[in-house]
Amino acid sequence: MLNDADRIFTNIYGWGDAGLKGAKARGDWDKTAKLLALGHDEIIERMKASGLRGRGGAGFPTGLKWSFMPKEVKDRPHYLVVNADESEPGTCKDRDIIRHEPHKLLEGCVIAGFAMRAHAAYIYIRGEFVNEARRLQAEINEAYDAGLLGKDAAKSGWAFDIYLHRGAGAYICGEETALLESLEGRKGQPRLKPPFPAGVGLYGCPTTVNNVESIAVAPTILRRGADWFAGLGKENNTGTKLFCISGHVNNPCNVEEEMGIPLRELLEKHAGGVRGGWDNLLAVIPGGSSTPLMPKDVCADITMDFDALRNAGTGLGTAGIIVMDKSTDVVKAISRLSYFYKHESCGQCTPCREGTGWMWRMMERLVRGEAESHEIDTLEQVTRQIEGHTICALGDAAAWPIQGLIKHFRPEIERRIAARHAVDAVNAAE
Amino acid sequence: MPKLTVNDVEVEVEDGSTVLHACEAAGVEIPRFCYHDRLSIAGNCRMCLVDMERAPKPIASCAMPAGDGMVIRTDTDRVKKAREGVMEFLLINHPLDCPICDQGGECDLQDQAMGYGLDGSRFSENKRAVDNKHMGPLISTVMTRCIHCTRCVRFATEVAGVPELGAIGRGESMEITTYLEKTLASELSANVIDLCPVGALTSRPYAFAARPWELNKVETIDVMDALGSNIRVDARGAQVMRVLPRLNEDINEEWISDKTRYAIDGLRRQRLDKPYARGRDGRLHPVSWDEALKSLATALRKAKPNAIGAIAGNQADAESLYALKSLMTRLGSPNLDCRQDGAKIGGNRAGYLFNSTIAGIDDADAVLIIGSNPRIEAAVLNARIRRNWLSSRMPVAVVGPKVDLTYDADFLGQDPAILDTLADGTHKFAAKLKKAKRPMIIIGMGALARADGAAMLGKARQIAESYGVVTKEWNGFNVLHNAAARVGGLDLGFVPSRGGMDIAAMGKAAKAGKLDLLWLLGADEIDFEPFASSFVVYQGHHGDSGAHHADLVLPGAAYTEKDGIYVNTEGRVQYATRAAFPPGDAREDWTIIRAVSGAVGKSIGFDTLAELREALCADHPHFADADAIAPAKWASFGGRAKLSAEPIRQAFDNFYMTCAISRASETMAECVRASSADHGAAVAAE
Repeated sequence: MLNDADRIFTNIYGWGDAGLKGAKARGDWDKTAKLLALGHDEIIERMKASGLRGRGGAGFPTGLKWSFMPKEVKDRPHYLVVNADESEPGTCKDRDIIRHEPHKLLEGCVIAGFAMRAHAAYIYIRGEFVNEARRLQAEINEAYDAGLLGKDAAKSGWAFDIYLHRGAGAYICGEETALLESLEGRKGQPRLKPPFPAGVGLYGCPTTVNNVESIAVAPTILRRGADWFAGLGKENNTGTKLFCISGHVNNPCNVEEEMGIPLRELLEKHAGGVRGGWDNLLAVIPGGSSTPLMPKDVCADITMDFDALRNAGTGLGTAGIIVMDKSTDVVKAISRLSYFYKHESCGQCTPCREGTGWMWRMMERLVRGEAESHEIDTLEQVTRQIEGHTICALGDAAAWPIQGLIKHFRPEIERRIAARHAVDAVNAAE
Repeated sequence: MPKLTVNDVEVEVEDGSTVLHACEAAGVEIPRFCYHDRLSIAGNCRMCLVDMERAPKPIASCAMPAGDGMVIRTDTDRVKKAREGVMEFLLINHPLDCPICDQGGECDLQDQAMGYGLDGSRFSENKRAVDNKHMGPLISTVMTRCIHCTRCVRFATEVAGVPELGAIGRGESMEITTYLEKTLASELSANVIDLCPVGALTSRPYAFAARPWELNKVETIDVMDALGSNIRVDARGAQVMRVLPRLNEDINEEWISDKTRYAIDGLRRQRLDKPYARGRDGRLHPVSWDEALKSLATALRKAKPNAIGAIAGNQADAESLYALKSLMTRLGSPNLDCRQDGAKIGGNRAGYLFNSTIAGIDDADAVLIIGSNPRIEAAVLNARIRRNWLSSRMPVAVVGPKVDLTYDADFLGQDPAILDTLADGTHKFAAKLKKAKRPMIIIGMGALARADGAAMLGKARQIAESYGVVTKEWNGFNVLHNAAARVGGLDLGFVPSRGGMDIAAMGKAAKAGKLDLLWLLGADEIDFEPFASSFVVYQGHHGDSGAHHADLVLPGAAYTEKDGIYVNTEGRVQYATRAAFPPGDAREDWTIIRAVSGAVGKSIGFDTLAELREALCADHPHFADADAIAPAKWASFGGRAKLSAEPIRQAFDNFYMTCAISRASETMAECVRASSADHGAAVAAE
């Protein structure tokens, strides 16, 4: 279990003052100028050394991502864009960072922006986060008043502005290039890659899009040292991470823990254990709704990190853990997720636009057993026809939960089909 | 120049090419729906997925830049599966209504489903249905068929410059619409019908009229404006069913204007199908060709040679112009004019051609437009100016009325005195012209078809010469014509010969009772009032104003009904081909003139079209070079008189009705109604 001394987000539950005064008392904005004095490249080097992997879901090394920005500002300015469009079902960590630790994010913006030679950051916040957006704007204003942002941000000599932009309620705008489109005022649809944002991003300028958590942990990593961060967790999966535990646990919560903590320990120590005891567990979705679920036997000794979960056929994603006990209609649960992806598909490219609706409709029939058992294979093939064939990862995200369901709960689906057929036969006989 | 391997074939492609180009270069066909050479890359249909070595997923070949050393495979199992998958997805929500769909037989979805799809459907859910959208009188929509390739959206936004088409909704609820369900306010709107790979956008006037395999397809030339757009006329029997664009990179690329495409229903109405003569009761009565020719021969014999005049209309072919000129010469009349609007042009060729060529617009870096609205006078050409402006933001200025050209232009005003300040360099736009390496002047009939037209032309030449518009490598002095016959007529010298009268002088003479006979070769757009006392012969194909004012009507052939030569505004000679026969007793125009020459006993020396063309090309050798442009030598032209203070106006306002055919067209009338209803004066709430 993580020592309290090693926690980054010491106010994640909002027990202290989230404002500037409270944040300063917790160590935020402490000699930020000195951190910037390390220089652009040194900051990136240290971030690389810390082993921090992007906290938005894909787990791409953050320092490496920053290093893709051009080393010189030429004719086009550089931009930092913070993805606060947290909409993945089961995930609510960024929300709490913005609510209770906003200055970690703002200071992180200055540092990350400076490292990639940007003078402006855009925070794209989910539209439904109305109070959070107000709160964050108030803190931005306070930071400006305190001279921490603006022409001479934190007396570092580096000009830095932060703009808050509210989304309009589309999950797809959490995809980094759709986010940029939306930020530019267009319909939120992912862009084709290449070119990547580091070359052609916001308004055609070099841009890096980072998750809120990735940016918010940067100042602490630099203050306490890359070694400290790298010393936590497991190799290649270093540091601490906010886990969002929801579903059938006794005490759903957000908690910061070390990477690589065993799932069972995480649930039992922090979430009060599975409702009705560990034996009542049916399955866990480990990383937000798009990651395939794990049945109980896998959950028993899995550790929560990128590599272990990938090897188990799923992923850490955003670390939004959805726990389902045996009272869950697992087919219906996954069908509900399919509806979500059908509803949130942007409609731009064919496999996702057409496939998500098809999958959802088939899932709805499987919930009721109104299908033939060969249709399970059809559904599985349709998920394969979508996966990897789309412009962005939403297609994959829609396909994976169903693949996980079929892999682990095929007997349950077949049982329903058989039961339905039996009822139909009886009805026909009458 | 990157080198790639496609299915073990090594190819080298231009820089900036995509993998799709490379595959094509290697002779590999890549199926696609959203990709189009002339539109931006959307990459959304996913039909063009191919395998690239070391890539974990198949890549969209249309969007992937070709890189050196890439190894591409299009024949793997994964590619085949990907294509089958995309085809299946496209078809699950596509209605199987091919038997009642106008796209049938020329549908990309049909063709590619045959080539790359599976044989059956595994989809047993309900299909999506989408409300049809109103897009005006030209475009018929069945939006349930839409596969969301967004070609139409990209065309409207990028090429046509009207951002009124877009997608609303998300996921499977996404719909292509004009947002407010208005007619698309573009002269090029119907090109989206050709672009649509399925039957979502089809031709409304042509709806359910024919199947592509029933039609006789003839490649010919358009005469609705002076561009000479290359078209394909599809006819069934004697009826022209539709007009489609034909690829010509130098002229219309693959677009045509809505008028070019849809004025053709005018070919079925108001047609002159037999000769008419005005009787004692003052009304026109049908007569036989014999009677018509006899009465014309009598009138011609009776008339004094210099009291005979001939005016040619805007769509006359070079052959009939040449034949009529020959006849007039034989009759001894010097009174010829092919400039119905009285434009003060002619003589030196450089003074009436679009010298830079249409393709030359792509190279221009500043444009000064004088007295022209290219958007309605030459819509396809305007799209080319827009494309250049889009990529280069070159400065464009207009001397003339303020209009929406689909690109930003500096409207300097309508006062001709502005030209003086441009010429002497005191106007601020002069600096931009001076800075430009390849400046261009486009002067239109709004400036030239006025009393001081010659002085306008002279002033434009002066501006051209002061700002390097004409150099050794570059001639950016351009006259934009509105009439398909105009350059041909000027090339043939269908203008007053020595001592002859032009149209204005003929009018004056007629008023004084000194013009016995006036021969109108399809001329409908003149003021007929002065010619009330002359014997007016109208030779043409439509019962338009020319026929109404005529004493004798000789039924001729429209442009789709005869082989003919047209010279476009660039001076490009193009040969048009007959697609159908003229109705009833109507005849090809040169044969009518030939018959009159026989009746009057003044032989003009040819009996077949081949002989006529031989004589024509002997007199005017450049007519023998089809599709070629002989660059005109720069020389002095235009007048030096003071410009009048009369403001410079547009040559015409109504894009849809400019000739006898389009005035007879119901579709064009429908367009006029729709555009004034949807885009007329702003209502109070706006």
